Amino acid sequence: MVFFSPTIRALPWVAIALLSLPVAGGLAGVLAPALGWLPALGGHELTLEHWQTLAATPGLADMVRLSLTTGLASALISLAIVMLFIGAFAETRALALVRRLLSPLLAVPHAAAAIGIAFLLTPSGLASRLISPWPSGLDTPPDYLFPGDPWGLGLILGLVIKEVPFLLLMSLAALPQCQAQSRLRLARSLGYAPLTAFAKAVLPGLYPLIRLPVYAVIAFASANVEVAMILGPTTPPPLAVAVVRWINDPDLTMRFVASAAALLQLGVTLAALGLWWLGERLVARLTQAALTDGRRHSGDRLWAGAGGLTTLLAVALLGGSLVGLVLWSLAAWWPFPATLPSPLSLHAWRGAMPGLKEPLAQTAVIGLAATGLSLVLAIGALEAEHLRGRGMAAWAELVLYLPLVVPPVAFLFGLVQLQVQAGLAPGAMAVILAHSLFVLPYVFLSLSESYRRIDPRWAQVAAGLGHSPASRFMRVRLPLLTVPILTAAAVGFAVSVGQYLPTLLMSAGRLTTLTTEAVSLASGGDRRLAAVYALMQLLLPALAFALALTLPRLLMHRRSGVLNP
Amino acid sequence: MNRIAPLFARLRPRTRAFSRSLATIALAVTALPSLAQDATPTIGDSNLKSWAAIEEAAKGQTVYWNAWGGDNRTNEYLAWVADELEARHDIELVHVKLSDTGTAVSRVIAEKAAGNLDEGAIDLIWINGENFAAMKDNDLLFGPFAEALPNYALTRPQSNPEVRVDFTVPTGGFEAPWGKAQLTFYYDSARLETPPGDMAELLDWAEDNPGRFTYPLVPDFTGSTFLKQALIELTNDTAPLYKPVEKSDFAAVTAPLWDYLDALHPHLWRDGRHFPASGPEMKRLMGDGELSMAFTFIPSEPAAAVADFQLPPTTRSYVLDGGTLGNVHFVAIPFNASHKAGALVTANFLLSPQAQTHKQDPAVWGDRTVLDLDALDEEARAAFIDDRDNPAALPAEALSKTLPEPHPSWMERLEEAWLERYGSQ
Repeated sequence: MVFFSPTIRALPWVAIALLSLPVAGGLAGVLAPALGWLPALGGHELTLEHWQTLAATPGLADMVRLSLTTGLASALISLAIVMLFIGAFAETRALALVRRLLSPLLAVPHAAAAIGIAFLLTPSGLASRLISPWPSGLDTPPDYLFPGDPWGLGLILGLVIKEVPFLLLMSLAALPQCQAQSRLRLARSLGYAPLTAFAKAVLPGLYPLIRLPVYAVIAFASANVEVAMILGPTTPPPLAVAVVRWINDPDLTMRFVASAAALLQLGVTLAALGLWWLGERLVARLTQAALTDGRRHSGDRLWAGAGGLTTLLAVALLGGSLVGLVLWSLAAWWPFPATLPSPLSLHAWRGAMPGLKEPLAQTAVIGLAATGLSLVLAIGALEAEHLRGRGMAAWAELVLYLPLVVPPVAFLFGLVQLQVQAGLAPGAMAVILAHSLFVLPYVFLSLSESYRRIDPRWAQVAAGLGHSPASRFMRVRLPLLTVPILTAAAVGFAVSVGQYLPTLLMSAGRLTTLTTEAVSLASGGDRRLAAVYALMQLLLPALAFALALTLPRLLMHRRSGVLNP
Repeated sequence: MNRIAPLFARLRPRTRAFSRSLATIALAVTALPSLAQDATPTIGDSNLKSWAAIEEAAKGQTVYWNAWGGDNRTNEYLAWVADELEARHDIELVHVKLSDTGTAVSRVIAEKAAGNLDEGAIDLIWINGENFAAMKDNDLLFGPFAEALPNYALTRPQSNPEVRVDFTVPTGGFEAPWGKAQLTFYYDSARLETPPGDMAELLDWAEDNPGRFTYPLVPDFTGSTFLKQALIELTNDTAPLYKPVEKSDFAAVTAPLWDYLDALHPHLWRDGRHFPASGPEMKRLMGDGELSMAFTFIPSEPAAAVADFQLPPTTRSYVLDGGTLGNVHFVAIPFNASHKAGALVTANFLLSPQAQTHKQDPAVWGDRTVLDLDALDEEARAAFIDDRDNPAALPAEALSKTLPEPHPSWMERLEEAWLERYGSQ
């Protein structure tokens, strides 16, 4: 075990290399074509021509505006819902209940949730079937434009519903770190109403801790493709959707324009983050006086009601969309306005069964490998902090979150170039590495707070008893972290299961996972089959979360103190 | 940069007009039989003339076939092909399921850019006219190979020239024919008694039944096909459509189309402010009861979708009175495919009477054969005759009213012009 300390100290560097090289290389891979350099397509001189073509694209301003507004609005709304809910229900049973509901909801892949929501709210969807033909009097679906409305409201809704569980989980993890409980009790004892107490005493300490997850939400929302394709407007679409469309255009000159647009997308995402940052400053300045004005109430009931209601609505919409998926997977011919499919049929499941085995196995293997690798690197980076006795440099931590902030459409296509150049054969290895790009930041995000919060005195006591650093790590610190590590693993596994483009691009399509099958089948328009795959997509991460919850209780029944520290 | 530039000097500059005129020259060249012979490519030690050697080289190879994976019946047919190839030729065929053929094209480009000239990850691509023209223009394809396939003769190319032409662009043997498609309209007979027989009737019907018809978002393939179909019907003289677009007055030729669409759009689904992303999504809208009629490029699709519970049992198929666009679809081999021998044997098997009969069986896929029945013996011919009755399927004689595809340059310009007019509202 003499190698323990050097190995641990090297791991953060491995993590930084694993994350920064592909992103930087991928960006370089689009920068060159954006400037006209791509000899394989005959581009061998530097030119700004493609930027001009891009600028002349009809509707470009609308595309950029849509990306910005949907990105910022969905982050703002999700954050508001989460803060109101936590503020209103801190230390109540409702919070504990929602916390338990959260994990499976977090496992719902974005595309599956979007398909479900689209079916719930579309004019021929479940909601409209519930009121048809009675009392609405409709026997053909009404013709209103939602989702897909030109303002992106449907898209914002879909994003909010997926981001609320994520932000809620991140906030709940951060609460203990900002001494929320004692601050809250102090404020309450001074006569502040619950929500006001939360807003004035806890929020200023909590927000900095969840700032990174919020930034990740903004970056994701302003650049996402899957949800926008299903719930977003089409004339014009948000920028990221247009980028993917141009990249796949049969006219190969569009590759150059697509590369320029991918860089523009990076700029748009950075602009969204910049705007948010300015907003933070503004809010901080404007609310300074209010924080200390001593008012004990500020519309508490109303805001608490809004927080509870919106959270309930988000959970209900997500639940409703899952019910819709289950119904579709069991439907035979199910015309409007029939509320329930009748007769129920296993046709879609039977049709899908023979093809499910391989993708299921591939998905599990890739997910486990990527999660395992990410766990080793994340724990290594955190343990190295512990050994050094100081935190990670700010720039290094930024690198860890790079893949969450840089839009995938901006660097994934360049990444293929890098892969071919490096001679890394398309296949499982390349896919696992590419998944780790997205899994590692999430694992780190979920694990770091708990890791840094371990009381250092445990290790000191062990050292006093003569244990080496390796032994302290294996026998004291790791067991203490069983629960957070398993939760982080489940989050990471869910992230891996949901990856589409990295899987397709890095394996040259040779590996079929549940997600690649689901997306290619969704392109064929059979909602029954798509529902079957969406449910299977959900099943694996849900299993992972269930394991993360139950394993510690099975394994550590003699050390139950570890479970509830 | 200066050192590298000469290496790529033979590659064409990016300007579209130039690459198009070069394509024309290239076509003229490949049309000369003697030159095409000289260009016979080789694979390892054997060239395409010794088929036995190719079959030998193909043994044990794994062929990665990149093909759209959105249709379960097509996927099952491909799985059948894989089983047959394993048994007959000891080839392992892997269907790489794509949601967009552009992904495969991207990879070939990336491989070429990285100097990967003979270890490509893709061995065979199912391809359409637009992607074919672009890949061929950029030297991304292997060939010519099609005419060297033993089964190619069964298509009788002399009397069926469509197997040699993809969207008016001669294939030059760089892709092998595989099946035939034709734009087919379908409607729900419970909601619509007599479907419109041409574009003018369609407009009248849409005015009376607002919100019950739409077409996929251009530049989706099916959406662009609708534009071409409408243009052919609405323009006075179709001759210019079969030559490159720059040789005619685009604005004048297409003016009737834009007038028509301006009149039609307010009566479309969602008032023409939103369009389904693709043909399959339009089919789903039919299944949801949001539309009364729609169209597809796969004539067997409506009947198959009824059997799969995706469309109303009252679905009926037809083609417009003046005929509809039809074309042949093909498979091509990337220039750097790792397993060219295996890909060739696969392409040849796809053209065999057994594979073509199985494919045309409505219970399997229903994709029409490219073989000339007169080239087959009695028994093989009989296998193609289907006398089963399916009310949702298209009557066989309807498919004789096929309009040829315009030059691909028209598709590009139409898509650009459409996006300019309607892409941002």
